[in-house]
Amino acid sequence: MSRVRVLVGTRKGAFLLTSDAKREKWEVSGPHFGGWEIYHVKGSPVNPDRIYASQSSGWFGQLIQRSDDGGRSWEPVGNKFTYDGVPGTHQWYDGTPHPWEFKRVWHLEPSLTDAETVYAGVEDAALFRSADGGQNWEELSGLRGHGSGARWQPGAGGMGLHTILLDPVNARRMYIAISAAGAFRTDDGGVTWTAINQGLRSQYIPDPTAEVGHCVHRIAMHPSRPEVLFMQKHWDVMRSDNAGDLWREVSGNLPTDFGFVIDVHAHEPETIYVVPIKSDGEHYPPDGKLRVYRSRTGGNEWEALENGLPSSDCYVNVLRDAMAVDSLDPCGVYFGTTGGQVYASSNAGDRWAPIVRDLPAVLSVEVQTLA
Amino acid sequence: MIRVVLPGHLRTLARAEAEVTLEVAGEVTQRTVLDALEARYPMLAGAIRDHVSKQRRPFLRFFACGQDLSHELPDAPLPDAVITGAEPFFVIGAIAGG
Repeated sequence: MSRVRVLVGTRKGAFLLTSDAKREKWEVSGPHFGGWEIYHVKGSPVNPDRIYASQSSGWFGQLIQRSDDGGRSWEPVGNKFTYDGVPGTHQWYDGTPHPWEFKRVWHLEPSLTDAETVYAGVEDAALFRSADGGQNWEELSGLRGHGSGARWQPGAGGMGLHTILLDPVNARRMYIAISAAGAFRTDDGGVTWTAINQGLRSQYIPDPTAEVGHCVHRIAMHPSRPEVLFMQKHWDVMRSDNAGDLWREVSGNLPTDFGFVIDVHAHEPETIYVVPIKSDGEHYPPDGKLRVYRSRTGGNEWEALENGLPSSDCYVNVLRDAMAVDSLDPCGVYFGTTGGQVYASSNAGDRWAPIVRDLPAVLSVEVQTLA
Repeated sequence: MIRVVLPGHLRTLARAEAEVTLEVAGEVTQRTVLDALEARYPMLAGAIRDHVSKQRRPFLRFFACGQDLSHELPDAPLPDAVITGAEPFFVIGAIAGG
């Protein structure tokens, strides 16, 4: 019988939540790495027992932990993230040049085909790759070498590379996104990159349609249709049908088009989920009601999903890496909040229940569907 | 033998006791003590000082013999009491963050 393992990164450790396919009763394991910030935990699709975790602290810096037994035990692997060559500068908040400085790993993306290969998106924005299970890291410096690198600027949360999407059909293609530079695509395995921000409109930058400078919060794709991308931007929910060459807005009837997460149903490529957040100044749900919004039409037409979610006095946030889906049928949808709740729906969002209520603030949620 | 006291999180990371003892070849300085520490516990590399620049991480301090040695040169000899093992070399995490 299938099982589900939810990997939760929080401000004070990692937690693993496991259930059978009914997804009704959950076992909680953790905290792992108690007291440390765990930005992201993700398992290898090739070997689900291989799990990587990004562990960091203002005191002790960055560590990468690896488990080869499904999270029962962990070993620290390589944590040397050194920019390739002379790092150069990007823009600081005041517009002056600022040297590139490594701060932390925001996102880990294991290869779709090789359990030893894993990508890391870091702050200050850069993409690293390890081909030996996380022991050694090498920058794919063509990304920072994109001619726009000197014009990239941090968002309020830092200049993090937070989204890495690997194309399951074309192994040479991947997408990344950076706050607040925008989205980029490589078609040659990471050697060269193209800014894919045409169609984005950001009123908060001097040129709202500039090549770079857009605060992309998250991009999602369905593996059966990797040229179709969905984006939650700082404001606006966007869609591209041509691998990011052109975006169009699909915010439609959302109560607010600000938010962080976006994800796609495991079996319905046109069914997408977002969690609207009132504004960038408030960072909590409108009207104190926590609601997921689902579109079954690939955007524009959205329905509120609120069965089982707090209907009043709820002022949590849902951060960009804190939503995921399983691949069971019906599809399970999961998200975590800054209030420490992890909510799950075992029926594609129709009804929700908390798996856990009182974790530290949740930074990331990933799901493994296990045979 | 040089005695080194680690903060709690680094003990957990290294799976070490609060105080570890190290053989340090040659002159006993911050640099040689930390080199020996990282050689014994490779997972501590990067957690106390930067991998490349070898600069102390900003929220850590080095104390010994009732003195803050954090701003001493990395190649300056440590106090005799540390060299003889009478006193430990402390790696301290700053009390910060609210």
